[in-house]
Amino acid sequence: MMTKILAKAYLWFLLALLYAPILIIMIFSFTEAKVLGNWTGFSTKLYSSLFSGGMHHSLMNAIWNTFAIAMLAASISTMLGSIAAIGIYNLRSRARGIMNFTNNIPIMNPDIITGVSLFLLFVSFGISQGFTTVVLAHIAFCTPYVVLSVMPRLKKMNSNIYEAALDLGATPFQALRKVILPEILPGMISGFILAFTLSIDDFAVTIFTIGNEGLETLSTYIYADARKGGLTPELRPLSTIIFVTVLVLLIVINKRAEKQEKEK
Amino acid sequence: MRRRNWSLPYALFLLVFVVIPLLLIVLYAFTDEEGAFTMANFRKFLMHPEAMNTFIYSIGIAIITTIVCLVLGYPAAYILSQKQFNTSKTMVVLFILPMWVNILIRTLATVALFDFLQLPLGEGALVFGMVYNFLPFMIYPIYNTLQKMDKSLIEAAQDLGANPLKVFNKVILPLSAPGIVSGIVMVFMPTVSTFAIAELLTMNNIKLFGTTVQENIYNGMWNYGAALSLIMLLLIGIMGLFTNDEDNAQNESGGVI
Repeated sequence: MMTKILAKAYLWFLLALLYAPILIIMIFSFTEAKVLGNWTGFSTKLYSSLFSGGMHHSLMNAIWNTFAIAMLAASISTMLGSIAAIGIYNLRSRARGIMNFTNNIPIMNPDIITGVSLFLLFVSFGISQGFTTVVLAHIAFCTPYVVLSVMPRLKKMNSNIYEAALDLGATPFQALRKVILPEILPGMISGFILAFTLSIDDFAVTIFTIGNEGLETLSTYIYADARKGGLTPELRPLSTIIFVTVLVLLIVINKRAEKQEKEK
Repeated sequence: MRRRNWSLPYALFLLVFVVIPLLLIVLYAFTDEEGAFTMANFRKFLMHPEAMNTFIYSIGIAIITTIVCLVLGYPAAYILSQKQFNTSKTMVVLFILPMWVNILIRTLATVALFDFLQLPLGEGALVFGMVYNFLPFMIYPIYNTLQKMDKSLIEAAQDLGANPLKVFNKVILPLSAPGIVSGIVMVFMPTVSTFAIAELLTMNNIKLFGTTVQENIYNGMWNYGAALSLIMLLLIGIMGLFTNDEDNAQNESGGVI
C-alpha cells in the first residue's frame, strides 16, 4: 500500500514538473501584463487582441502560413504516402527492403540534418526558397510517417477479398476504391493527423528552407521574437490555444486507436 | 495485385528529396567553394578550438541530459507499466503529450518558469530545459518494452525464491534493455543536434553544436557547415548502431503515439 502511494506520488511529481512551464504560460495568458510573471488582474484582453489583428498583423500572417503549409503538406503526404504504401506492399522483398530503409531515413535523421540537406539541394539547383520549398520539405519528412501508418492496415487486410472482388467482375479500379480504400482509410486518417501536427510543430527544417523573402511561420516568428529579447504577450494566449487544441486532437486519436484495438 | 509500380512516384521523390540531399552534404563537405576536392573543412574544424569545444561541450550536455532522463524516466515507465499500480492509459498520454507542443513554446515556457521562480538562466536552466523537452522520449520506449514483457517470467523468478531486488536485477532490467537503449538514443540524438534552444535557455551565454552548424550555413559557409553536419551525422550514426530493429517493430504496430 505504501509503495503504491509513493509510486503515484512520484508520477504526479514528474507530471507537475513537466506541466509547470505550460501552466505558467496558461495562467499568465489571462492577465494584461507585458512581462510574464506580473499579475495585474484577470483579463481576456490578450485573447481579443490576438484575434483583432491590426497591431499584430505579422503574427496573424505567420499563423495563417503555418496552417496553409500544414494543410498542403499533410494532404499531399497522405496521398503520396498511401499510394506508396500500396506499391511498397506489393514489391518483391529485396526492393521492399530498400524502400523501407530509405523511408526510415527522414525519421531517423535529426531535423537539423534534414534541414541542411534540403537547403543544399535547393541552393545547388538554384531554386529560390519560399512557400513552395517549405511545403516540399515538409512533405519530405511527413510522408514516411504516412507510409508507416498505412502499411499495417495493408498487412492486416485479407488479400483474398481483393481477388474476390475481381472474380465477381469489379474492375481493378473499382476493387481499389471499394475494397482497399475502406480498409486503409483509418491508417490514412491517422497518417494525415500525424503529418499535420508534425508540420505545425516543425522549426528546424522550416528555418533552413524558408528563404529570406520575409515569409514567416509560427515557429520562425516565435524564434525571431524570442531573439529580440521580449516575447510578444499575445504568444501566451496563442500557446494556450495550441496546447488545448493538441490535447483535444491527441485524445481523439487515442480514442480512435482504442476503438480499432477493440475491433481487432 | 499488380500495383508494384505505385511505389515509383515515391521512390523518385525519396531519391530527389532524401538521398540526393544527403549526398550533397557529403559532396559539399569534401569540396571547397570552387568545387575542388579538399579536406580543408575538416582540418578547419580540428584546428578551430571554439568549434571543437562547442562540439565536446554539446556531447557532455547530451550525456548529462540522457542520464538525468534515464534516472527520472525509468521509475516512471516502470510504474506506468505495472498493473498493480492501476495507472490509467490517460496517464501515459499525459506523459507523452508535451512532446507534441512546439519545442520553442516549450522552451520559452521553461524560461518563463525560471523567470517566475527568479532562478538564474544558465547551465542549470539548460539541462532542465533539455530534460523537460526530451523526458517523454525516454519514458515511452521503456514503457513499451516493460508493458510487452512476459509477466510470468517475474512470477517464475519469485517462485524460485528471488527477492524483489534480485527479480529486478536479473529479470526486469535485462528484459527492458532494448527500451533503455532506444530511449537513450532518442534522448541523446535530439539533445546533441538541437539549435536555438540552448541560446534561449541561457540568454545567449551557451552555444551548442547545432547552432554552430546553423550559423555557418546561415553565413554562407556552406562547405564548412556541410562538414560540421557530416560530423554530427557520423556521431549520430555511431549512436544509431546501438539500436536494433525494436523501433521498427514498434512502428509496424501502427500506433500513432
